[in-house]
Amino acid sequence: MFEKFQNNDRMLMLFFIFLVLAGPILLAPFGAGYPDLLQRFCIFGIFAIGFNILFGLTGYLSFGHAAFLGVGSYSAVWMFKLLTMNVIPALILAVIIAGLFSLLIGFISLRRSGIYFSILTLAFAQMSFSLAYSVLTPITNGETGLQLTLDDPRILDAANTSGSLPSTNFFGLTMNSTAKFEFFGMVFQFNVGFYFCAVMLILAFYLAMRIFRSPFGLMLKAIKTNQNRLNYTGVNTRPYTLAAFVISGMYAGLAGGLMACTDPLAGAERMQWTASGEVVLMTILGGSGTLLGPVLGAGFIKYFENIFSKINENVLHGWFSFLPDGLEDLIVWVLHFFVGKGWHLTLGLLFMMVVIFLPGGLLQGASHIIDWIRGKKQSSSTQISNPNSMPAE
Amino acid sequence: MDAILLQILNGLDKGSAYALIALGLTLIFGTLGVVNFAHGALFMIGAFCVVTLQKILNLSTVAIDPTKVDFLGNPLKVKTPYIVNWFGEAAGSAIINWSVPLAILFAIPVMLLVGYVMERGLIKHFYKRPHADQILVTFGLAIVLQEIIKACYGANPIPTPAPEVFRGSFDFGVWIGMAENAVIYPYWRLVYFAFSAIVIASVFAFLQFTTFGMVVRAGMADRETVGLLGINIDKRFTIMFGIAAAVAGLAGVMYSPINSPNYHMGMDFLVLSFVVVVVGGMGSLPGAVLAGFTLGVLESFASMNEVKGFFEAIYLPSIDQIIIYLVAIVILLVRPRGLMGRAGVMEE
Repeated sequence: MFEKFQNNDRMLMLFFIFLVLAGPILLAPFGAGYPDLLQRFCIFGIFAIGFNILFGLTGYLSFGHAAFLGVGSYSAVWMFKLLTMNVIPALILAVIIAGLFSLLIGFISLRRSGIYFSILTLAFAQMSFSLAYSVLTPITNGETGLQLTLDDPRILDAANTSGSLPSTNFFGLTMNSTAKFEFFGMVFQFNVGFYFCAVMLILAFYLAMRIFRSPFGLMLKAIKTNQNRLNYTGVNTRPYTLAAFVISGMYAGLAGGLMACTDPLAGAERMQWTASGEVVLMTILGGSGTLLGPVLGAGFIKYFENIFSKINENVLHGWFSFLPDGLEDLIVWVLHFFVGKGWHLTLGLLFMMVVIFLPGGLLQGASHIIDWIRGKKQSSSTQISNPNSMPAE
Repeated sequence: MDAILLQILNGLDKGSAYALIALGLTLIFGTLGVVNFAHGALFMIGAFCVVTLQKILNLSTVAIDPTKVDFLGNPLKVKTPYIVNWFGEAAGSAIINWSVPLAILFAIPVMLLVGYVMERGLIKHFYKRPHADQILVTFGLAIVLQEIIKACYGANPIPTPAPEVFRGSFDFGVWIGMAENAVIYPYWRLVYFAFSAIVIASVFAFLQFTTFGMVVRAGMADRETVGLLGINIDKRFTIMFGIAAAVAGLAGVMYSPINSPNYHMGMDFLVLSFVVVVVGGMGSLPGAVLAGFTLGVLESFASMNEVKGFFEAIYLPSIDQIIIYLVAIVILLVRPRGLMGRAGVMEE
């Protein structure tokens, strides 16, 4: 299924647009059709797509990308406070500030590569976290987090007389307005905020696809494959890696800005290094270096985070009530470590499994299965894909 | 003068923890070439060895003591640890009192086993994979270990007091002929520093003066040649992994009275100890120790009011929060190989 799309950009794009826009309908049967979660899918999808440009395409493992997410959030909230509740200026500022910030950090960290690069970005991100948490309290409001207040200036907006906090809007369309439809007993929710994020995700995906197919993307792939050889042939790789770093930083800034658009507050915990680990996870899980993979991984992890963490022992007992009592208790006792508050354990195990057995991520797994089915149908001599290679984009 | 001395002493215990963890990390990187993000988790497991031992020692029988009554006249339930029943009142409570140092004996085999299982079960398969994969899989392992600990012991910190003799502080200044009350210092920090000095010295001695250590050092320099000489270098490296795990675990054991063990202490220390390793020089054992102590002391200096005030005047408040990262970034840019790193090791 995926391979067909992998060779045909237009089909892939159409497939992707359909998948995203029909999200509320497609995901409703899985209990994931509500706007909050759908927005998270889109936002983290954007974050992961951006990260993939640096990690999957260029081969630089950054452990500090959450810093750009945080910076984007903070600058968007500041825009809401100072200028207007319209999301467009906020997003523009978020992307620009995150871009400048990543230019600064990238300029320094990209002097090194490999593990040194990872640790440099980790150090920078942790430093920005400490800065946001305590040092820069006038700007970031410390551990309370940056919030909207009633007496913010908001120069462009009309004076706020309602006495409650204004909500973010897109030229008058408020982000949290939702149209609900009931159909066959299921509730479909079509939310402005989600569709705004969805359009952003589609644009981000399209841009990533253009980058993947461009000569610039080819150069990034060459850097991943063998940077030394490239250097020997006289190519200066620095501008390319720096550009990739800044682009991915801007993606992260956009994601952070969107986060603030759907829920206008920003806190330092968004910048912690475990948050950077999460985006690495998403990219790996879906399949780094592929176009669709990171979005898939982001959706997967956010879905699990929201669904798995809500399963408690009562739910488990409900599921296994058909079993004899002793066995039921045993199974529930074993499983309750993996769900609810312990869902991180499942995440960690899943992560290890993917890195160990499926370096190409879920997409590679899918193509393995397709190969296997095809191999059964056809003779094995027409086997095309090499199990050791990363899947093609 | 006394203020400076106090800050140096204050920095030593944090520095000792950094140095011990970084030593293990460097040992693993130098021998196996593996970047182990699960090393912080090993530190945490060490600390939880103390918690476990403490729990085992405090296993009690519950009996109704007719001689004691509460204010309503009901007889009270009295808990008596088994250990008191077996060894008598004085010896039993002494053993419970000394549970932290005793946990060293308990932790060494546990940590060696954990290290052995980890290397044979997981890390072995990642020698030839890129560093990124090693980072990722050990990061996953760190999450898993952390969650297991959280599931077993809960999310709250568990207090593990030091032996009664070492609780409280003493006047360090008087010892070295200074004025009274100039340098007041907790006993246990001194013990921790002394302990880590002993561990570091014995690791170095082990590598320097034993045949085993000689082979390992040769293997670190050139693995293939040592293998060609007919030495089973893999086996020795596995043992070194176990030792590195034990060093991290012991650091955790002795650190537990200073900071009650909690499930995220591994991750907290991990980032910093990686920074320490990089500052010291990837693969350099003396570098890791030197950088560990230096950064620990620097951190405590930066938290001095005078220093803070100075940096606040030049618009850098709370310098203590970010000093280590600043130093690391400057060092990496000025001298990429780290303080004592060899040229060419990971210096692409």
